[in-house]
Amino acid sequence: MIDQVINACLAVFLGIGFCFFYFAGTNWLLDRILADRRSVDGTSNTNARRRSAIRPWLFAGPSLLILSLYLVYPVYETLKLSLMDNGSVNFVGFSNYIWLVSDPEFVESVGNNLLWLIIVPAMSCVMGLLVATLADRVWWGNIAKSLIFMPMAISFVGASVIWKFVYDFGGPEGIQIGILNAMVSALGGEPKAWITIPFWNNIFLMIILVWIQTGFAMVIFSAALRGVPEDTLEAARMDGANEIQIFLRIMVPQIITTILVVWTTITIIVLKVFDIVLAMTNGQWDTEVLANMMFDWMFRGGGDFGRGSAIAVVIMFAVIPIMVWNIKRFKQEEGSR
Amino acid sequence: MKKSSTKFHLLSGRLFTHLLLLFLVVAWTAPTLGLLVSSFRDKDQLTLSGWWSSFSSSEQSQFGRIGGSDDQIEQNKKYIITGSFFKEGESGKILWFGSNMRKPNEFKAGKTIPLKKGATFTVNTDGTYRWESPTPYKKKRGRRFFFVSEVQPRFTFDNYIEVMTSQGIGQSFINTFTVTIPATIIPIMIAAFAAYAFAWMRFPGRNLLFVVVVGLLVVPLQMALIPILRLYTGIGSYFDLPPKSYLGIWLAHTGFGLPLAIYLLRNYMSSLPSSLIESAKIDGASHFTVFTRIIAPLSIPALASFTIFQFLWVWNDLLVALVFLGKQDDQIVLTSRLRELLGSHGANWEILTAGAFVSIAVPLIVFFSLQRFFVRGLLSGSVKE
Repeated sequence: MIDQVINACLAVFLGIGFCFFYFAGTNWLLDRILADRRSVDGTSNTNARRRSAIRPWLFAGPSLLILSLYLVYPVYETLKLSLMDNGSVNFVGFSNYIWLVSDPEFVESVGNNLLWLIIVPAMSCVMGLLVATLADRVWWGNIAKSLIFMPMAISFVGASVIWKFVYDFGGPEGIQIGILNAMVSALGGEPKAWITIPFWNNIFLMIILVWIQTGFAMVIFSAALRGVPEDTLEAARMDGANEIQIFLRIMVPQIITTILVVWTTITIIVLKVFDIVLAMTNGQWDTEVLANMMFDWMFRGGGDFGRGSAIAVVIMFAVIPIMVWNIKRFKQEEGSR
Repeated sequence: MKKSSTKFHLLSGRLFTHLLLLFLVVAWTAPTLGLLVSSFRDKDQLTLSGWWSSFSSSEQSQFGRIGGSDDQIEQNKKYIITGSFFKEGESGKILWFGSNMRKPNEFKAGKTIPLKKGATFTVNTDGTYRWESPTPYKKKRGRRFFFVSEVQPRFTFDNYIEVMTSQGIGQSFINTFTVTIPATIIPIMIAAFAAYAFAWMRFPGRNLLFVVVVGLLVVPLQMALIPILRLYTGIGSYFDLPPKSYLGIWLAHTGFGLPLAIYLLRNYMSSLPSSLIESAKIDGASHFTVFTRIIAPLSIPALASFTIFQFLWVWNDLLVALVFLGKQDDQIVLTSRLRELLGSHGANWEILTAGAFVSIAVPLIVFFSLQRFFVRGLLSGSVKE
């Protein structure tokens, strides 16, 4: 145990040391090897030009190398592996994809993922917007925001434990220590094992992610709403609009881009949702999603990398429209800079 | 008349705002509060009542056996059995008792009740009892009595001691730190230099490469898992090294965190005034000195934002740890261990709640103490002022 702590500290030390020596060392070397030297006719300084051509690559090189190895190459490799068999030996064409389309578990996962994609971003945005507007009107708004923001710091597994406790079922006649069932029985209802009831259990899992993401949406919306010019609100008030009309007709249209950004960010998180499903149900009772199915196939029966890769590619394709939109938006912003 | 009614409307509207927000805040914090409270409760009490009632004392029907024939003593021609229904060290308060299972609340504590054959029996509120009879008790096993006791709420650190030692959460805590610290610090240094190059240096392909970085921001982790796992297994078998190692996961987290780091830092650095860099250059400073002396210190807010992101992300990650680290004691991280506990101790809430709280305590501390930087990072990552 002590060994491990020492090793970790050593790794931090070595890692930082290595980075420092790399950046400082290569720069020093560059300045040494290509030192200023007047050419024979004394007019041009070719070495200075060469140095400034090389230096950016010394700065960006390690990042580009790691990015290529850990993100760019895997995209190509996963595409390739998805066309190969379980041991990644033989080329099998599109048979993994053909298998996928006919696999009931996959169909179920796609359906569930679509459900997640509609409900979670929508609910998170609505709740985030609601809290952001409410909190700006009361003196204790910052405390409220802080508390609603807090779940963002909690891991998906931690959140799963928290909510599994909320949904806990003590048997039909037993003592209900889960707050949901306690409330249900206090209101005269019948306690149930919520996470085992197909279809509705999906909603119970989604609530966990909404609980986490609302804080994120709230923080962004709160900042955006503060940017809405006061005179537009004042003008609407003069015309006799009520608070709800002002909110829907004046405020929301002005922050619509922000809403889209938050929506897409949560969409990406939802597409990759894994931990919650694994910890709560592991895909049982019709709650399977793509990311959990992919993880399952990575290791099931010694691992089927062909099928696993094919599922990863499906997730990747779902992300591409957002990626294109992001890049477009980035280019627009750069243009207006 | 009209004026007062609008005033009333305004007032009730404001009250409604307060109440609605209060309701949302309670709904959002109650689940976490339940976990925290439950983790400190006595594990026997935890299963008997909800955490929301854990601060008030509760009544509980129980039974106890009094001593048998071996325990009786003869005194003045009377046979007496004395003792306590509570074990040593246990405290409680008995409210009612009775000899009938159906009526554990037949008699008030302290009362002496007649039994058959002239025997009497009494239970005091502190749990001590006294059985008296003119004839000796014959059975070896004592007689059963029933009572209702008031259970005082008990809070303890036992659950934490249990999970930290015998459930392995303590070891996993160290493992998580081992993963998190290097995986947070290494990408920052590497990314800061790249961000500077993208912001302030000219090189061919700069814009195109940065657009690629923006694209990589959203590449799902799932795409990288199988190829990197294969790569690690390949390298491992070639050099006869274990394929699952801390070095492997540090580098993997570095790779997955880099796009966001470069993106955030580059945006921040390019918003700094260019006159700073130009004047330093005129004084003969190289890019390296400009970066280390001027740009890096000025970028501390952005560096802090990313540090918090990456720290929380790595600490809370489960997927990368499941794929690139083993499940043995010296590698299993908190999230992974918690998931195992959910499987093996699914009903032992004293273990689950305490374990979960240990795993979320550090992120919560980081979050609450550095919330300002976290919010600033979120804002610069998704909306432009």
